Amino acid sequence: MTVETRQGIGGGHFAGLLLAPVRWAMNLIDRPMSFVQRRFGLGGVAAAFLAPNMLVFGIFVLFPMTLNVAYSFTGGGALFLNNRVFVGTLQYETLLACRDFLDAASCREDRFWRAVGNTGFFVVVQVTALVLVSLATALVLNREMRARGFWRAVFFFPVLLSPVVVALIWKWILQRNGLLNAALLELGFEPVLWLVNRGWAMFWAIFLSIWAHLGFYTLILLAGLQAIPRDLYEAAEMDGAPRWRVLTRITLPLLWPNMVVVILLALIRAVQVFDEVFVLTGGGPGTATLFLVQYIYETGLAQQVRNLGLASAASILMAVVLIVLTLIQLLASAWRERKEQR
Amino acid sequence: MSGIATFLTRRRGGASWHFTDVLAWIWLVAGLLLMFGPVIWLGLSSFKTRAALSEFPPTLLPYETAMVHVEGFDEPLPLYRVMMEDGEEHLLVQVRRIGTVAQMADPEAPEEIIRVPLTARQPVREIKLATENYSTPFKRYNFLRYFYNSVFVTVVATIITLIFNSMAAFALSKYQFKGRTAVLAIILATLMVPLSVIIIPLFSVINGLNLFNSLWGVILPTVATPTGVFLLRQYMLTIPDELLEAARMDHASEWKIYWRIVLPLAMPAVAVLAIFSVMWRWNDFLWPLIVLSDQELYTLQVGLNSFQGELNVQWHYVLAMTVVSMLPVVVIFAFLQRFITSGIASTGIK
Repeated sequence: MTVETRQGIGGGHFAGLLLAPVRWAMNLIDRPMSFVQRRFGLGGVAAAFLAPNMLVFGIFVLFPMTLNVAYSFTGGGALFLNNRVFVGTLQYETLLACRDFLDAASCREDRFWRAVGNTGFFVVVQVTALVLVSLATALVLNREMRARGFWRAVFFFPVLLSPVVVALIWKWILQRNGLLNAALLELGFEPVLWLVNRGWAMFWAIFLSIWAHLGFYTLILLAGLQAIPRDLYEAAEMDGAPRWRVLTRITLPLLWPNMVVVILLALIRAVQVFDEVFVLTGGGPGTATLFLVQYIYETGLAQQVRNLGLASAASILMAVVLIVLTLIQLLASAWRERKEQR
Repeated sequence: MSGIATFLTRRRGGASWHFTDVLAWIWLVAGLLLMFGPVIWLGLSSFKTRAALSEFPPTLLPYETAMVHVEGFDEPLPLYRVMMEDGEEHLLVQVRRIGTVAQMADPEAPEEIIRVPLTARQPVREIKLATENYSTPFKRYNFLRYFYNSVFVTVVATIITLIFNSMAAFALSKYQFKGRTAVLAIILATLMVPLSVIIIPLFSVINGLNLFNSLWGVILPTVATPTGVFLLRQYMLTIPDELLEAARMDHASEWKIYWRIVLPLAMPAVAVLAIFSVMWRWNDFLWPLIVLSDQELYTLQVGLNSFQGELNVQWHYVLAMTVVSMLPVVVIFAFLQRFITSGIASTGIK
């Protein structure tokens, strides 16, 4: 009570005014909650506290999750499940109908296989490069230097930019009359149509997603590096161990638990690549940068004839991969925490 | 000279340069160019006029041809530096252009028309910020609407997220009840299934609830974040139960305990979640793209994407609006960098 009166008189007058409706609302909720408490006891109160979150959760996450499985066994163009026709495993068969799994052109749903191939390539190359670049950056930032906060911010800030902004920044640089082509011309090279060439489009898709996300992984690795006890390095210095030996024998082994978490997080995100690349290339040229999420989005929602069943089946296949990766990641996180406590 | 060199290369503790020091500095400087460069280029470009943007090779700063008001003409005329046949240089304005010949005049004596081949003249250039790139999209296009929609979605979704998640976290950290582990497991399980794999059924749920093409359809599926619940629960577990017991002795209701004791004490974690939630919702793209079909309801990200995807890309507006849509995030980062980076480092969420 004393706190409240002081706020009312002093400089907190404005804040008090602002908080008044909040306080009023909170007091309003107090009544039904107190009733629940009297009627059902603490268990009832717990349920009441959980209810709003779990209700939203149930309607918008859990229910759609189960619905997704049901949709993948139906066909036709109807939006709601009760109007849809049960077709068994037809959608899965359509997706998997390939004469040669290594040649997307031999598949009935060739766009799906191109998306799978592109996503697979993207995941392998992007995650490898991303982890190596993040590791190098974290090692550099972990050195003793002035203005470390500034340098950390330099590498970190793109993490906060929206994918649309990231894509537009680079689209502007990569366009035909863009900065990069101007620089190439200055150096005596021919300008390149970066986003019209299939190989270059994929290269920039990978580059962009590394540029945008490397700060996040650097930060996790940096936290891991700083948790390595100083005295280990001092002991190594006393023994006159060369630097690369310190790196391979002390730093990297002790950083490994963090590396595992970073690799898995990067994998999980890479499988879902969509936003930046979609704005940058729209999946093109042709299907050169068509990835799984874009395939699901276009097949199920963005085409003239929506094929919800096929899109659901594809997203179930993708979910299986993600679930496996996430399970491994959770186990790895628990393993890291146990290691850190020791 | 050698004095400066030794000063520049001198290092703390008198240690000498190792090749890894050089590598590290190369990495940092390259990083500075590669990370900051594009954003600075965006900022500079966003102040160029449409004509200046189409120049190739581009200039670094936003230049524009100087314009002069001349008696007898309503519009200001562009100023050129002209090399005359007698080898002298004159400052002339261009009155009209016909083919490869420009009709030009001396600003002091505009009656007399001088014919000049286009190759003999250079525009007089001055630095000018094309601020109309910023104002026009708000006036003539829907960007003010997009901006408002984005603010609405971000603020409302964040408030609901904080309230719902903190209530759930309170229940999961401060009560023993049957099924607590089950609830935790369910929330954990949904971490594995991101929005991108349930867009199809979620789309039909949204339609069934009549939320298609509504901002609430964008907001509601995002508010029950499992990461938020976990973040807050972990923090609330560190608040001693004795505080709650003492309040119960004083006959405080459970709701009062939640919002007068636990919530204020959990403020550091709530603040971290608030920052993250604002960034998530401001930057969301795929789900608003699916739910919103009316131009009037577009968020800034969706509006920006549709604007840049049009056949004749108006880069001068796109660049300016890109700057606008990243400003809030830059401001948040400038003030709350420490919170954000330590939040990520300790929780591993983004």
